[in-house]
Amino acid sequence: MTKKILSVSNINKYFQVKSKTALFRKPASVRVLNDISFELIEGETLSIVGESGCGKTTLGRCLVRGMDASSGHVYYHTENGEQIDFLELKGKKAKPYRRNVQMIFQDPYSSLSPRMSVFDIIAEPLIANFKLSRAEIEQKVMEIAEKTGLNVNYLQRYPHAFSGGQRQRIAIARALIMHPRLIVCDEAVSALDVSIQAQIINLLKDLQEQLQITYIFISHDLSIVQNISDRVAVMHLGKIVELAATESLFGSPKHPYTEALMSAVPQPDPELNKSRIILQGEMPNPANPPSGCHFHPRCAYKTEKCVREAPELRQVGENHYTACHYGEELNLQGVHDETASVI
Amino acid sequence: MTTQAARTEQPLLSVQDLKIRIETDNGVMQAVDGVDFNIYKGKTLGLVGESGCGKSLTSRSIISINPKECETTGSAVYHSESEKALHNLDLLSLPPTGKRIRSIRGRKIAMIFQEPMTAFSPMYTIGNQIMEAILIHRTKDKKKAKKIALEMLAKVGISDQEKRFDQYPHEFSGGMRQRAMISMALSCNPELLIADEPTTALDVTIQAQVLELMRELQKELGMAILLVTHDLGIIAKMCDEVAVMYLGKIVEQAPVKEIFYNPKHPYTKGLLKSMPRLGGNKSKRLDSIEGAVPMPIGLPPMCGFYDRCKDRIEGVCNTKAVPKTHISDQHSVRCFLYEDQSEGESQ
Repeated sequence: MTKKILSVSNINKYFQVKSKTALFRKPASVRVLNDISFELIEGETLSIVGESGCGKTTLGRCLVRGMDASSGHVYYHTENGEQIDFLELKGKKAKPYRRNVQMIFQDPYSSLSPRMSVFDIIAEPLIANFKLSRAEIEQKVMEIAEKTGLNVNYLQRYPHAFSGGQRQRIAIARALIMHPRLIVCDEAVSALDVSIQAQIINLLKDLQEQLQITYIFISHDLSIVQNISDRVAVMHLGKIVELAATESLFGSPKHPYTEALMSAVPQPDPELNKSRIILQGEMPNPANPPSGCHFHPRCAYKTEKCVREAPELRQVGENHYTACHYGEELNLQGVHDETASVI
Repeated sequence: MTTQAARTEQPLLSVQDLKIRIETDNGVMQAVDGVDFNIYKGKTLGLVGESGCGKSLTSRSIISINPKECETTGSAVYHSESEKALHNLDLLSLPPTGKRIRSIRGRKIAMIFQEPMTAFSPMYTIGNQIMEAILIHRTKDKKKAKKIALEMLAKVGISDQEKRFDQYPHEFSGGMRQRAMISMALSCNPELLIADEPTTALDVTIQAQVLELMRELQKELGMAILLVTHDLGIIAKMCDEVAVMYLGKIVEQAPVKEIFYNPKHPYTKGLLKSMPRLGGNKSKRLDSIEGAVPMPIGLPPMCGFYDRCKDRIEGVCNTKAVPKTHISDQHSVRCFLYEDQSEGESQ
């Protein structure tokens, strides 16, 4: 039974850029999110991948309303089937929905206040949202701390006394204490060492199984994405260029950008790094995007049509969408399971 | 005592028993604790480990650019075939601000840093900064220096060099800046390039470009590279030999294929298994190494990995320091599990 939790439709976000030279010219605007639409099913993990500057963090922030989208709708489906436009709600009215949507940030060194004890950090959302007695708060914090693998004896300490992995557990505990239905993880494991990364990924997976949480997992690391997600959205210059179930996306990508991204990941296996596609050039400037398909200056398969016409996101298979004119015709290289057989 | 008994060729750089101590408020930190390795001409040695294992300090100590709080002992013998004055010279014995080390830094041994934005000065143009090294080490003629600098920029794939030459670092993108840094490092044809996490701040697609560039230039110029990274994927792509560091010690050292297909140390095995790789899927749990790296302050003489190790032997691993064991000519490991495999060879 698939139940929707979020429907995102046609989100746009513009940032204004001040001109450095002309004092009175109207500020130019950069389109950071370009007509983003997708649906989120309860209990799944949707990953959003892309290079830096593609707008993946902005999208995540718009979904939790850390910033407001310029236009578009984010419909939140409540547990009893109501549909509410999350972006229209203001002030106090938004509170009950904010509770259900939490966020975990990339850098556990700057996302935790150094002046609050770990206990206070985890308890703060409870105090802000509910009127609870001290004993109730204490009980809830202990419960969550145990679940996330924190030592309950150390809760009176301050964040500086904890390592990166421990701090990320604190951030997860803070997000979980509201019993959210959706957590947006913005590069939640990127700042951690490999051996700690694996611990946190496993913790996130376990929590999802126990509590049926839905994740939006924003990352630039494709190997992690493949290990954690049910579906993946690939973003390029503010647009979703491919959206598919994880297996289908990695097995047979339908967009040249996805292929190139996968191919660029260095594999921890000396025999495997041979036939790689190396993209020439860099991401185009979003203030002055290229005509037609935004990827065409770097694409190996481009034709004249790509320069003229911008492709729309369209369905090319079961649960597989791509924004490439030639998605079906190109026989793009994926990654196969044999690569995982080493050791 | 050499790590590679089979090789007769003299190493370009031979680091022996390198130790770095740092005085902190909480006690003396033994950040690097007895590191040995050799780097050969035209080869790449990878130094891999988690943050805090001492890999950056090790690489920086070679050209004496660590902060002065670091007390360094041991030796780093440099052997240049092209220059008599540099035959068997112990770099660590030179005063860190003296003339001799400065004549080696940048000319014979160059370095690329992780964050190209902070490594360049924002106050000078890129061209100016590349020329600086050339003017110090290669020629006094400004016109000639500029010509060399422009050639170097072209070599690392920067187009429109004349215009780029007069631009400031903030006008370059991250990937471009890293290319400019490589061109600066290579402008004096160094024999050894130390690259400290050269692509960590870059996107995967740009990372692939930069790594490819480094490999091509290595082939062309025949320099040796010491590559410091935490990413096993980069190690697999770039290195000939790998040294795995943990808590200030090299716990395993072997040719790249040995490390990936025949790892011995429980830590190396754990690292390889905990790394998510393409081709996995959601149902598969990652093997993680439990616990975290301890602080290297006041540790007793025992295996530093003991608390996190699945194969630990109580009463052995936690009672004495772990000696180095040679499994084969080129493969050495610091672990008691393999101690009996090489009679008499270990110290």
